[in-house]
Amino acid sequence: MPKLAKQTLNTAGTSPAETIPPQPSYRRPWWSALAAAVLTLVLGGSVLGVQLESTGITTTVRLMGMDTWGWLLAAALAVFLHQLVRPQIEEWRARTRKPSRFSVPDVMSGQKRQLWIMLAIGALLIFPFLSNRSAVDLATLTLIYIMLGLGLNVVVGLAGLLDLGYVGFYAVGAYTYALLNSYLGFSFWEALPIAGLMTALFGYLLGFPVLRLRGDYLAIVTLGFGEIIRILLNNWTELTGGPNGIARIPKPTLFNLEFSRRADEGNIAFHEFFGIDYDPALKVIYLYLLALILVLITLFVIYRLLRMPIGRAWEALREDDIACRSLGMNPTGIKLSAFTIGASFAGFAGAFFAARQGFISPESFTFIESAIILAIVVLGGMGSQLGVILAAIAMTLLPELAREFNEYRMLLFGLMMVLMMVWRPQGLVPLKRPQMELDRG
Amino acid sequence: MSEHVEDVTPEATLAGEELAPREAMLALEHLTTHYGPVQALNDVSLAVGQGEIVTLIGANGAGKTTLLMSICGDPRPTSGRVWFEGEEITGTPTARVMRGGLSVVPEGRRIFTGMTVEENLAMGGYYQSKEENERSIEHVLGLFPRLKERFQQRGGTMSGGEQQMLAIGRALMSRPRLLLLDEPSLGLAPIVIGQIFEIVEQLREQGTTIFLVEQNAHRALSIADRGYVLEHGRVVLADSGKALLANDDVRRAYLGG
Repeated sequence: MPKLAKQTLNTAGTSPAETIPPQPSYRRPWWSALAAAVLTLVLGGSVLGVQLESTGITTTVRLMGMDTWGWLLAAALAVFLHQLVRPQIEEWRARTRKPSRFSVPDVMSGQKRQLWIMLAIGALLIFPFLSNRSAVDLATLTLIYIMLGLGLNVVVGLAGLLDLGYVGFYAVGAYTYALLNSYLGFSFWEALPIAGLMTALFGYLLGFPVLRLRGDYLAIVTLGFGEIIRILLNNWTELTGGPNGIARIPKPTLFNLEFSRRADEGNIAFHEFFGIDYDPALKVIYLYLLALILVLITLFVIYRLLRMPIGRAWEALREDDIACRSLGMNPTGIKLSAFTIGASFAGFAGAFFAARQGFISPESFTFIESAIILAIVVLGGMGSQLGVILAAIAMTLLPELAREFNEYRMLLFGLMMVLMMVWRPQGLVPLKRPQMELDRG
Repeated sequence: MSEHVEDVTPEATLAGEELAPREAMLALEHLTTHYGPVQALNDVSLAVGQGEIVTLIGANGAGKTTLLMSICGDPRPTSGRVWFEGEEITGTPTARVMRGGLSVVPEGRRIFTGMTVEENLAMGGYYQSKEENERSIEHVLGLFPRLKERFQQRGGTMSGGEQQMLAIGRALMSRPRLLLLDEPSLGLAPIVIGQIFEIVEQLREQGTTIFLVEQNAHRALSIADRGYVLEHGRVVLADSGKALLANDDVRRAYLGG
């Protein structure tokens, strides 16, 4: 191509051998680096460098010690240097980045998969006996969130209905058990199915008028529902005790054996029955195992539902509403079933929560709970069961592990969310169907 | 059969012969449909006889899709009646209409792209028992061997023609006696359109009545027994397919001179 070479020669003034792709300019971004450093110093200084002290009715501003300011200066310097060399870093990364390879989804054979599931369940069963009490307690909390996440996943992830008031159903479940127990003396096991049914009924009653709405409108109405439930519980003092909540909710029993030091009248304590010493850890372990069983049942039920026509209809409805109607399906009915079923899991979780805590008040059912459960579903990858489990673990464990950072916890939380949206917007384990399937024949 | 059928005679007059609602598989009588204040259909009457291919042609915005959807009950016609197999279905909920021996392939295919061919088909027979569903899938795969090759493939990854086959196959899952097709040729290559129209003729031979809404007037009229021309929400012409193909007005307006 002599012509082209000549042209290059003319325009760029270099010999053809030296024609290389244009290089990024190496103009040092002094100003932007300086601005970033100053910003870091100002923001960091106002957050960390000063402290407000209240003496009597006046508030005085006190500067923090030298070492805090030293760290702040170091941070500003680090930001400055990083901004300065960022173009080079980016260029270096672009050069060294390997071309992405095709990733083939793992298709585990049925047997191998079963083996893994069995191993995981086995490990989870042994775990409380090898671990300490606080870890088991935390695991129980995680299991509650897994259950809530799985339930909401049916509504949001599978049926595609954005529900911001899921905590309302959780509250209905918890209060159903608490009220049935304190007024009518129902035990946990008697109240559990009623709590599930009651919540399903609430889901049905709410779903019936609102499911013709879609997207944002549905989200707002469900948000309102969650708040209504909480405010109702807060103000209906004669029935619910209002903000004082309901205390002394009994723990679940094992075939009428209680896990307390001294059993209530007519009941026998577990340790007395077996003639062993009283160990408060046993109660924690029992609660953990109970939560584990509830989660496994939830997983199994949803797994089965997904493989039934109704589960596929949820997905079909999320994909194309009009096509569903053209096939003679009734969209409202299908949405309602997802809403009702999703709600009932929150009811079971709520009843268990009430039993575990022994005390509930409307404060436990604020919007932030709905947000956390929704975050679990989104983080996990909409519709994916494994994703929801992993996300629930992350969302309950990370705040605990980050306890030392205390006030920065929400900051870390937000950071994690931002990073997730940048790197894995589809969630940890997105719902993915195997593209290739071996003949199961 | 209810008694009022006797005294109503839909004025579906075509080429000199009258089709009473009892004989017609599908009959529309003076159907008028509005979208809010906008009138989309104006006093439309037409009939589709058992075993026929009847086509409805018309330009963009003439009301073809509205007419098809009015039959299904969404939107509800403001006045007029729809008869299917001698029974009035005006005002019947869409879901019930679609389960009563009538099936529609909506415009733009609307298959479930994230689902496999198998799952798409299974959704078409949502209200069938498991065995019935499996038999229907066998039946559809017999009609469309191509879908058998793609059985585990996701709908969205297939070609336009295959997706159209899937949409038709899905509609056939409920074993309809009358199939409503809304622009099956939309966005397809001419050779693929040919295949789709062959399939439509084949379906008729197997006993399914076809009501075909098309913009591709030439193709549609050449396979149709009879045709209607819709303009601004009104039926302006009704004749046999051949006659319409030869009609000067139709040639000028829809067949490019």
